[in-house]
Amino acid sequence: MSENRKIRVLVAKPGLDGHDRGAKVIAAAFRDAGFEVIYTGLHQTPEMIVNAAVQEDVDVVAMSILSGAHMTLFPRVKALLDEAGADHVLLTGGGIIPEEDAAVLEGQGIGRLFGPGTSTEDAIAYVRDWFAQHEPV
Amino acid sequence: MALSASLQALLDRFHAGTTTALARAISLVEDEREGFQDFMHEVLKVGPRTARVGFTGPPGAGKSSIVATLATAYRARGEDVGVVAVDPTSPFSGGALLGDRIRMNELTTDAGIFIRSMATRGSLGGLATTTKEVMDLMDAFGFARVLVESVGVGQTELEITAAADTVVVVLVPESGDAIQAMKAGLMEIADVFVVNKADRPGADRLVKEIRQAIHLRAGSALRDVPAHHGVDLSRLGGAGSARAVKERPARAEPQGWEIPVLRTVAQSGDGLPEVLEAVDRHREWLTKSGELGLRRRARARVRVQNVVDRELRRLARHTAASGGRLEHGLDAIVQGAETPYSVAREVLADLLDPEAR
Amino acid sequence: MSTIEEDVTTTRDLAALVREREEELAELKVRLREWEDAFGAIPARDALFTNISGREVKALYTPLDRVEAEGYGEGVGLPGEFPFTRGPYTTMYRTRLWTMRQFAGFATAEETNQRYKYLLKHGQTGLSVAFDFPTLMGYDSDHPRSLGEVGVCGVAISSLADMETLFDGIPLDQVSVSMTINGPAIILFCFYVAAAEKQGVSADILRGTVQNDILKEYQAQHAWIFPPEPALRCIVDMFSWCSTHAPKYNPISISGYHIREAGATAAQELAFTLRNGFEYVERGIAAGLDVDSFAPRLSFFFDVHNDFFEEIAKLRAARRIWARGMRDRYGAKSPESWRLRTHAQTAGVSLTAQQPENNIVRVAYQALAAALGGTQSLHTNSMDETLALPTEKAVRIALRTQQVLAYESGVTNTIDPLAGSYFVESLTDELERDALALFREIDDLGGVVPAIETGWFQQEIASAAMRQQREIEAGERVVVGVNDFEEGSGKIEIDVLRIDASVEEKQRSRMAELRQRRDAAEVERTLTALTEACRGHENLVPRILDCARAYCTLYEIRHAMEEIFGSYKEPVFF
Repeated sequence: MSENRKIRVLVAKPGLDGHDRGAKVIAAAFRDAGFEVIYTGLHQTPEMIVNAAVQEDVDVVAMSILSGAHMTLFPRVKALLDEAGADHVLLTGGGIIPEEDAAVLEGQGIGRLFGPGTSTEDAIAYVRDWFAQHEPV
Repeated sequence: MALSASLQALLDRFHAGTTTALARAISLVEDEREGFQDFMHEVLKVGPRTARVGFTGPPGAGKSSIVATLATAYRARGEDVGVVAVDPTSPFSGGALLGDRIRMNELTTDAGIFIRSMATRGSLGGLATTTKEVMDLMDAFGFARVLVESVGVGQTELEITAAADTVVVVLVPESGDAIQAMKAGLMEIADVFVVNKADRPGADRLVKEIRQAIHLRAGSALRDVPAHHGVDLSRLGGAGSARAVKERPARAEPQGWEIPVLRTVAQSGDGLPEVLEAVDRHREWLTKSGELGLRRRARARVRVQNVVDRELRRLARHTAASGGRLEHGLDAIVQGAETPYSVAREVLADLLDPEAR
Repeated sequence: MSTIEEDVTTTRDLAALVREREEELAELKVRLREWEDAFGAIPARDALFTNISGREVKALYTPLDRVEAEGYGEGVGLPGEFPFTRGPYTTMYRTRLWTMRQFAGFATAEETNQRYKYLLKHGQTGLSVAFDFPTLMGYDSDHPRSLGEVGVCGVAISSLADMETLFDGIPLDQVSVSMTINGPAIILFCFYVAAAEKQGVSADILRGTVQNDILKEYQAQHAWIFPPEPALRCIVDMFSWCSTHAPKYNPISISGYHIREAGATAAQELAFTLRNGFEYVERGIAAGLDVDSFAPRLSFFFDVHNDFFEEIAKLRAARRIWARGMRDRYGAKSPESWRLRTHAQTAGVSLTAQQPENNIVRVAYQALAAALGGTQSLHTNSMDETLALPTEKAVRIALRTQQVLAYESGVTNTIDPLAGSYFVESLTDELERDALALFREIDDLGGVVPAIETGWFQQEIASAAMRQQREIEAGERVVVGVNDFEEGSGKIEIDVLRIDASVEEKQRSRMAELRQRRDAAEVERTLTALTEACRGHENLVPRILDCARAYCTLYEIRHAMEEIFGSYKEPVFF
């Protein structure tokens, strides 16, 4: 591994919900953990997110969804990532996501989804562990 | 040197115009991963073709908005555009928050535009150490335009002149005081001045001040110091002892480029067509006057110096570390048996002539 | 403390009295020092003694904390009297309890209509409409950007037809309706007025509120459409239109709630909200309106968070700052313009996904603070709101919490019962001072809009949010069930309400049908007229009402305005 290798994460707010407190807190926490964080801003469509993920060659896409649209948005972004040849990217996220839904999404190849009250440390550790195991050449 | 199989595959996909290959090639260079120099060597065999435009100015001046508007205009003409946006790396954590895409959201689904965010990773000149190489990659990939936006930490960012053919300096009325301090430097690097948020109080005064400064420069003893092109690019190479190298004989002073000072309101789009027009005009002038060739040559010089410096640094570190030489040296320095100079001399001797030891 | 109630007949009596007071305070000072020594000798519990806003609070407050305070009449006064610290109305809950108003809305207009009828049957006294995200952002249910979000977090209203269904069988001349909508508020308001017309109810008897507070959207909540200047024009147009056509309707609810939920402290919530309120007043005056013609209809909306006393003090301070600003700075003559009336909602961010039943208790304490702070209406959150939309049972418990408070606890009997508490009065003064200091900072930045554009508010709020997150993660601030007193696997056992994916389908076909049915020429005509009006300076409400009556859709109207107004772009900052 090159000494310059950084974990690159795209933090995205898909959909129309404007609650970005969680996204901003996690983006800052990721930066403080030494990651390079690309923040997309609000109101992103799945296409915008995937294009950004591809161009930025990120290792991880982290989406924050509080609008209840997670069952539509996560699978859509996952499908577009695969289509774009970015199936090596970890798609994870957080928000108001019932456990049953998270389980269903995990079954579709989506990573861990963090609910309310998660500590940023847990999310950082999760990304670090995943990266250690999956770092692409 | 031959490329590894995986890099060869990447090169093939790069030449086939695959976006993911460009994205990965950028990471390769940015991280200075194994084999990246050989990869770049293969990629750059075509030579520079694209028009490179750099944007600098204080934070919040609206650089990203202007870049986004220009990119849209180029797309409307059918030109593909690459954008590099640089943000600072946190000196505490080594991480970075890169937010310039927010301003360019409308562009992100256009297949003819490629945006890449870069963190400075410790470089202080307003760009990352590898930004120029990333622009080279975008050039080789075939973009008609490559736009680069520097960090804009408020100081003059000379690096931008070594990266772009045309430098646009974006200022806002609020940055008035900061401008005073950096005016001399800005005069040296700007090909086009933009006063953004020109509907705010203080805009007229700022425009006037910039015009005065330009005229002062043009009409004074500084006449022989051309804008931008006069910047001693060799300083940027980091080669300490090299004297300023003028790329141009004193007679070939560029004629006929008067630095425009334009007013814009990026939020509403007012004045942006004029910026586009000025950048085009500058391009035309660069080509006609032969200045473009000179600037490319100057840039090539910096690039070679950069690569040599980087390799020397890498070799020096490697030599110093090998056999625990540095570590032993440190103990000796602490005990007073050696000094930093004597240890360094040993390392250098070893570096320059490993056989002699 | 600052009153002298005894009859004073001579100066000699007065001098004696003053001396007596001074002696008493001097003695208290000595005894307090002894107490402090005793207090300091015993090590305190290992806990954070700053409150959730990061404010230092002392272990003890005494008359000595109030020596410098204003006189009773000046700073505290009586309920319904300037500066309204003790309450906006003379009689408060003795004549009328607060309005129990639960925010609700989901799926289609039809289903939400059913829920409203249910709530009214269970004793709720006002309605509060929650719209889905597409509606909040001005998109129709069949717009591509609405994908996956139709009817999910609220009800989908894309035209007058949906609004008619929403209030079908609900008499709009009798029920007051509050609508939480901001970016496209002027459009939804016109749908509402037109729906009332269809019921034969004219605007002049409509009671209710539309949130319509765009400044806090830029600062905290982010459901914006247009840039600040045209957005503020729409708001002033509504002030003006309502003052003549809908005098009982509140055309704005200036909201601190979302600012607080985004992470602000109590003082920031207080200051930013009131400063936004003053900004609207300035805009109205600048547009040539008489301040007393619209100021009496400005209403407020505050969060009621965990720190019990600070929240009570915040509401008291808010009334006092508003009254003083309106009278002394903006020259309002009518006491109606000085009187701050507010809605309150318990803090959504304080709810936990872990052990959700605990939220019932949190909500109850917060509701108590709202009542002691003298709110005019209240929404109590449901325990399951961090998991999904609330179920019917959870909503019922939340409403019952208010009813127990109102009918059983006895807190409604006495007005502003905490007045005179050394602590609560000190805290009220302190919050007022903090707010005034923040006003000065905003003014130094050139006012509210420039401070928004440079991201100042957003940064202030984000750094406060960051501090709270750090305290919780470091375990310094205990959140029961989250970072202490955790239970087992953390598996959540609670029913959640799910929105059927067929809602989006239903809405799409409704829209398709509407587009078929309506008079296309009339749609075209009213939209063109609206775009023209946006170019000029006339009041936009009548134009948008015409569009609404012609069954133009939400997005069509938004789009017609956007052509002239442009759209707002998020400022970049961290």
